[in-house]
Amino acid sequence: MTQNDAFISIQNVNKYFGKFHAINDVSIDIKHGEFFSLLGSSGCGKTTLLRMLAGFENPTSGEIYIDGQPMSGVPPHHRPVNMVFQSYAIFPHLNVRDNIAYGLRKQKLPRAQRDALVDEMLDLIKLPDYGDHKANQLSGGQRQRIALARSLILRPKVLLLDEPLGALDKQLREQMQLELRALQKTVGITFVFVTHDQEEALTLSDRMAVMSNGRDLQVDTPTRLYESPINREVASFIGTMNFFDGRVKALTNGGAEIEAVGLGNLCTSNIPPNLKPGQSVCVAIRPEKLSLSRDAQSGFNQVKGRLDNAAYLGERSHYYVSIEGVSKPVAVSVQNRQRANGNGENQCPVWLSWEDNAFVVLGNG
Amino acid sequence: MSITNGPMPDDATGLRKTSRLGALLQRSEAARGFTLLSPTLFIMAVGILVPIGILVVMSFWTQVGFGFDTTATTANYQMAAERPIYGALLRRSLWMSGMATMATVILSYPMAYFVAFHVHRNKMMWIVLITLPFWTSYLLRVFAWKVVLGYHGVINSALMNLGLIEAPLEFLLYSQSAVVITLAHAWAAFAILPMYVSLEKIDKSLLEAATDLGDGPIARFLRITLPLSLPGVISASLLIFIPTTGDYITPTLLGGPDGAMIGNLIQKQFGAINNWPMGAALSIILMLSIGAIAVSFMLIANFVRKRIS
Repeated sequence: MTQNDAFISIQNVNKYFGKFHAINDVSIDIKHGEFFSLLGSSGCGKTTLLRMLAGFENPTSGEIYIDGQPMSGVPPHHRPVNMVFQSYAIFPHLNVRDNIAYGLRKQKLPRAQRDALVDEMLDLIKLPDYGDHKANQLSGGQRQRIALARSLILRPKVLLLDEPLGALDKQLREQMQLELRALQKTVGITFVFVTHDQEEALTLSDRMAVMSNGRDLQVDTPTRLYESPINREVASFIGTMNFFDGRVKALTNGGAEIEAVGLGNLCTSNIPPNLKPGQSVCVAIRPEKLSLSRDAQSGFNQVKGRLDNAAYLGERSHYYVSIEGVSKPVAVSVQNRQRANGNGENQCPVWLSWEDNAFVVLGNG
Repeated sequence: MSITNGPMPDDATGLRKTSRLGALLQRSEAARGFTLLSPTLFIMAVGILVPIGILVVMSFWTQVGFGFDTTATTANYQMAAERPIYGALLRRSLWMSGMATMATVILSYPMAYFVAFHVHRNKMMWIVLITLPFWTSYLLRVFAWKVVLGYHGVINSALMNLGLIEAPLEFLLYSQSAVVITLAHAWAAFAILPMYVSLEKIDKSLLEAATDLGDGPIARFLRITLPLSLPGVISASLLIFIPTTGDYITPTLLGGPDGAMIGNLIQKQFGAINNWPMGAALSIILMLSIGAIAVSFMLIANFVRKRIS
């Protein structure tokens, strides 16, 4: 049995395809009613993990529990989960209504009750007049909603979503993200969502797992994953990050003083456990946590650099600043609150400053 | 061409003409389609429409000695309706080729299914292997069945040697079942290939989705795989039913008196009996019956597809 209150418990799961180690000792607990995302680049094993939850693949070793029940040996059509496929897999020979009612047949409901359930679903996905349409008369967004309705009508304990928004264009995708999130709150079903789009994962999830090469690197809330990534791999996967080599100078009360190459001394409380004085570490900072100015500010947390490059992106601008002793230019993101008055001449001297605790000390590995 | 010092006006008009034709081809997809089709259309017109026209016209003539009386009359059709032998032979032909079609499709479907879903490497090799027997002549394969089914054939002598039967089974050869068995084997490739193509086209995620929504293997097959492969089953059925109904080689060699089909009679009308107008009328009747059956079969199949899904 599971030793905690997790609704889905993935315990020490390994999966080999021949000699390829697709899933490498993954253990993840997912709570009831949670919107949980598996984030990773293609080939990281996130879809394999999802397919193991659905029952289409079996773990080579380890066990998956759903609602306390071990799932090994349980075929897909007997599991309390349903899946929304990447291609949506809408049955082409059926109309929308029959597609949505597909899984109800087993329950042998009276016709009137079945029709009422389907109508309810058509309302929920905002396609009330589309019941008699054929699958090939639908747009991508509509297919996506029908795939959702077809699964949700069965009231599964868990809904699995395999990159369901990947095939949609940007605007529709953002709209569907909001709808999906609202829908999940309405129905209260646990969602496990696979995506390679970090922004999507950050927007939608209660918690998420970052995966790479078949391993789960970090499982946490979007905020903590973004603000306090545990290592360089996670930090560079989500958003942009500037990295600096450094050395622990001293441990202070709940934090540390670090001597970083090119930056001098800095203080932060974002530190991994078991940090020792004298240890070499990697410190990192997000581009939007750096401020840029032409003149030196009062205070300590600043360093002089040279403006290398600038990019105007509309709501914000990205600047790249080279600092003596640091090989890669440092990325700085500045919001264009006032109308940008030019990007500044290249090579002009600038000052970078930051607040206390803006830096993160990354663990090794 | 235009580089040489040829007469300028001619060259110019020639150029304009080709460019006009080119422009037409560019603009109209229908024109492009007909251009591509034209060789086939020509052959079809000359090789199919003209002979059928002749057949239709001739079916209204009558045979007088060695010549034809070309006054139009429906006497041939009346005779075909009145004499029970014609109707009986036609019904038997349709029945036998219907049986052969059903046997072929039912036996070939699993093969097509296997190659489409369970062969992952060297699919092409499997397809070639399946069609391999069909590289030998049709006549040879029919004779081979004669050897297998014959009075002292493979089956009978094997059963007798095993002591399972005392005397050879006589119903094996020169019977309707012999014709059905032979036709089912002879036309298997024509059933496997279209069914394989339509099974192969089925998106595997549809099958996973059906499983995910609670269907076991049998329900999934009946609700997804079968309806989606029905176009292949229909074309396989028609591909076999249409040519086998008029077949006369197999019934001649293996059918005996019980296994004779309408094709044998038509052949005799054009041969020994020498009544071409009657043969023409019988051919037209055969064509019309096959056409009617094919159309109603397609309608029924469509209806069934809507019902099971």
